[in-house]
Amino acid sequence: MSDPFLHNLLSIEDLGEEGIAKVIALADVFAEVNKRAIPKVPALRGKTVALAFFEDSTRTRLSFETAARRLSADTITLGKTGSSLNKGESIRDTVRTLEAIGADCLVIRHPCAGVPEQVARWTNISVVNAGDGWHEHPTQALIDCYTLVNMRRLGWPEEDVTGNSRTSESLGSQGESPSPREHAPEELPLRGIKIGIVGDIKHSRVARSDSIAFSRLGAQVVLVSTPPLLPTSLSFWPVEVVHDLDSVIGDLDVLYLLRIQTERGGGRVIPTLREYSLLYALNSSRRALLPRHALIMHPGPVNRGVEVSYDLVDAPSSLVLKQVANGVPIRMAVLYMLLAASGGLQLDSDASLSTAMTHVETGEWMAYSEDTEHRSSGSSTPSVSGQAGERAGV
Amino acid sequence: MVLRLPLFLVRQVNEPVSEVLIRGGTVVDSTGTKRADVLISGRRVSAVEEGILPPKGVLVLEADGCIVSPGLVDLHAHLREPGMEEAESIETATRQAALGGYTAVVAMPNTNPPIDSAAVVREVREIAKHAMAEVVPAGAITHARAGERLAPMAEMAKLGVTMFTDDGDPLQDPQLMRLALEYSVGLGVTIAQHCEDRFLANGGLVHEGAWSSKLGLPGVPSVAEETMVSRDILLAKVTGGRLHLLHLSTAGSIDLLVKAKKEGVTVSAEVTPHHISLTDASLVGYDPVFKVNPPLRDRRDVVALHQGLSSSVIDAIATDHAPHPPESKEVPFDQAAWGMIGLQTALAVALTVMGKKELPHVKDAAIDPSSFRSPGSSTGAGGDLVISSNVIGGQSVSPTRGAQIQVASPEQQLSFPELLSLMSWKPARIARLFPRHGGPVERGAWANLCVIDPYAKWTVEANDLASKSRNTPFNGMELMGKVRHTLFMGDPVVIDGIAQR
Ligand SMILES: [Zn+2]
Repeated sequence: MSDPFLHNLLSIEDLGEEGIAKVIALADVFAEVNKRAIPKVPALRGKTVALAFFEDSTRTRLSFETAARRLSADTITLGKTGSSLNKGESIRDTVRTLEAIGADCLVIRHPCAGVPEQVARWTNISVVNAGDGWHEHPTQALIDCYTLVNMRRLGWPEEDVTGNSRTSESLGSQGESPSPREHAPEELPLRGIKIGIVGDIKHSRVARSDSIAFSRLGAQVVLVSTPPLLPTSLSFWPVEVVHDLDSVIGDLDVLYLLRIQTERGGGRVIPTLREYSLLYALNSSRRALLPRHALIMHPGPVNRGVEVSYDLVDAPSSLVLKQVANGVPIRMAVLYMLLAASGGLQLDSDASLSTAMTHVETGEWMAYSEDTEHRSSGSSTPSVSGQAGERAGV
Repeated sequence: MVLRLPLFLVRQVNEPVSEVLIRGGTVVDSTGTKRADVLISGRRVSAVEEGILPPKGVLVLEADGCIVSPGLVDLHAHLREPGMEEAESIETATRQAALGGYTAVVAMPNTNPPIDSAAVVREVREIAKHAMAEVVPAGAITHARAGERLAPMAEMAKLGVTMFTDDGDPLQDPQLMRLALEYSVGLGVTIAQHCEDRFLANGGLVHEGAWSSKLGLPGVPSVAEETMVSRDILLAKVTGGRLHLLHLSTAGSIDLLVKAKKEGVTVSAEVTPHHISLTDASLVGYDPVFKVNPPLRDRRDVVALHQGLSSSVIDAIATDHAPHPPESKEVPFDQAAWGMIGLQTALAVALTVMGKKELPHVKDAAIDPSSFRSPGSSTGAGGDLVISSNVIGGQSVSPTRGAQIQVASPEQQLSFPELLSLMSWKPARIARLFPRHGGPVERGAWANLCVIDPYAKWTVEANDLASKSRNTPFNGMELMGKVRHTLFMGDPVVIDGIAQR
């Protein structure tokens, strides 16, 4: 990483493996905060986070809003129905206005790819990409990595730990043991895991961000789709492509189902939803082909009966609710990283994380940020951070 | 149509007779290359020979180390007037044309109102009366450019319009295209097509390939262009109509063109400075200044265009000058206007990309234009090239801009006469402006000339261009080759790189 201070999060590629590990380690801290009776810390007191959603997404917006508030930041929300976004004012003017009123960060979602990157060129405030067209959704990728890393920490896939407790028996009782795997602590956290991302890859920003993030963490990524729903070229991704789900499903540790993007043109490609289900949906007969230890993920909202049959969304092996739950701590971690220290958090300094953890406990946030302002940017080798700590080096 | 007047008539034109001497240059035109001074009296060239002694009161333009060429002719410019004067005007566009060495520009008809009737042709000519270059209106093929029924092509042809196009809104209906080509035969005019099948383009914004996939932007496949090239070549063959293919951008299109020319189809083709110099890697920062139709293609396509130019299968380099105000470009990519300006940079881009560097060891690679070193001597000497080290293959990525000039390999590079033929006399013939424009620099010829310092280096500054708009993709890039003087009908409209009005 050339710049140790992260100012924007526009693409998951802005974070190396170590950056992802750092976010995960911070998310652990904030997940703990979220469990408190009063799930709030004064970490970003005095900071203002603006949320501009040019495309409807109640879930993501609420998740960011909650994250900002739990860090004691003020929030400004510009929705599609908000006054300034639909009066013909240009985004550039909106951004200038936000800057003028003192916003520190802009969380932006836009139906067109590249808008967060353009906005970042127009402003000095931090920009977080909350989803841009077909391009990227970096915080979703972080959530998905966090969710899988948490499963890994519980011993999966060597141990059958699908679900938390009540569900593990139901699967364990089926008596099939997954193949044993090596999992040395210094390895990339998702090494040895094969993840199949299934569905409309072409129009999916989640698929783009996840393919990059999962591979960075050592997983093997297989994209499963029909050619018209695949990007023309995959030369930028370290992935494998398969058209027939059933030919690969038996090897998967994770089946990541995408939402069929009817609003982005995906609906025109497949003649009928029934045909889509036939090719790519997870139903009970296909479930039987999946290894028993395999987990099911979906970025939500789920089209029940389309991508996945009704009963399987809530199946023990489904991580869908965990993904949703991990949204707030991950987004707290991202906002904290960008805003806590002036100029952003030093990604490759482990000291910042332990300081963060200390101060979550003691509440000495303001002292922390003043401290860090004077800290030199020269830093040592990145090292193990939090429970997520996997390895050093790039 | 402006008639070629007999020489004695010129003297009778009731205008102050001025004399200009272009001294010390090398004349390059369709007949060859020679060391000569050029004396211009009134609107005509009166002498071309070595060592002309400056007559009394003559304006002497120094051309030491420079090329004296017939004025450049642009087959494809959007002047925006009438109707879109916030982006450009005929005055500002022709000022850039003059600064870029052009003495004639073909004005695309997608104005408001469109040039689809004799009245608008007259209006454009009227506005252009005092322009700094000749404005040659192209007519629309269809009424209101709507692609539904033919425009009154004959009445426009009567006024001297020789090229018809619905550029910007490619004519989709094959039956109507056939009709237009058939009708054009009777009128002796050319039908120019922006080759794009709208169904295959499918709302794409950038070239469909590795970069569109990575950036998550909808792609325009090469086949959207090639399908149309193919269809229109077939229709030209069937009808005998004269077809001009605007701004070809793909390797496949060049293959189709080669084949058509071999078969004797009456087809000509142009490419733009931006398609021969930039790839879709320029889009890495999502800057809509690189949004253009046809889109910037990949490295293979750019190389195919270089090949097409060097093998002479491509007839012309044309700018597709398309000004847009900042508020049309500083918006999300899908909302941004298509196109880039080019009149003032075209020749320099062409020289930088295609000009002979005379260093055979320089291999086909992306070359940082800033690495050109000043040549030791004048015309004919090779500029030294250094391949910049920060370039990776054809797709160089930098955080904000991935735009890098793609220099043609040495085998594909062109001599000055070859390169100027693509920007002057060949397009002049396509637009039927020859020899008023593009004609040999000889006694009696109309004095439409430009003087080029082929090795002068300069850095493009969008704010310094004479356009009302700023949408140049070459901002901040160093180019080789600068226009020093331009004479339009004997009038020195540009002297030492400065527009005279
Ligand atoms: Zn066009």
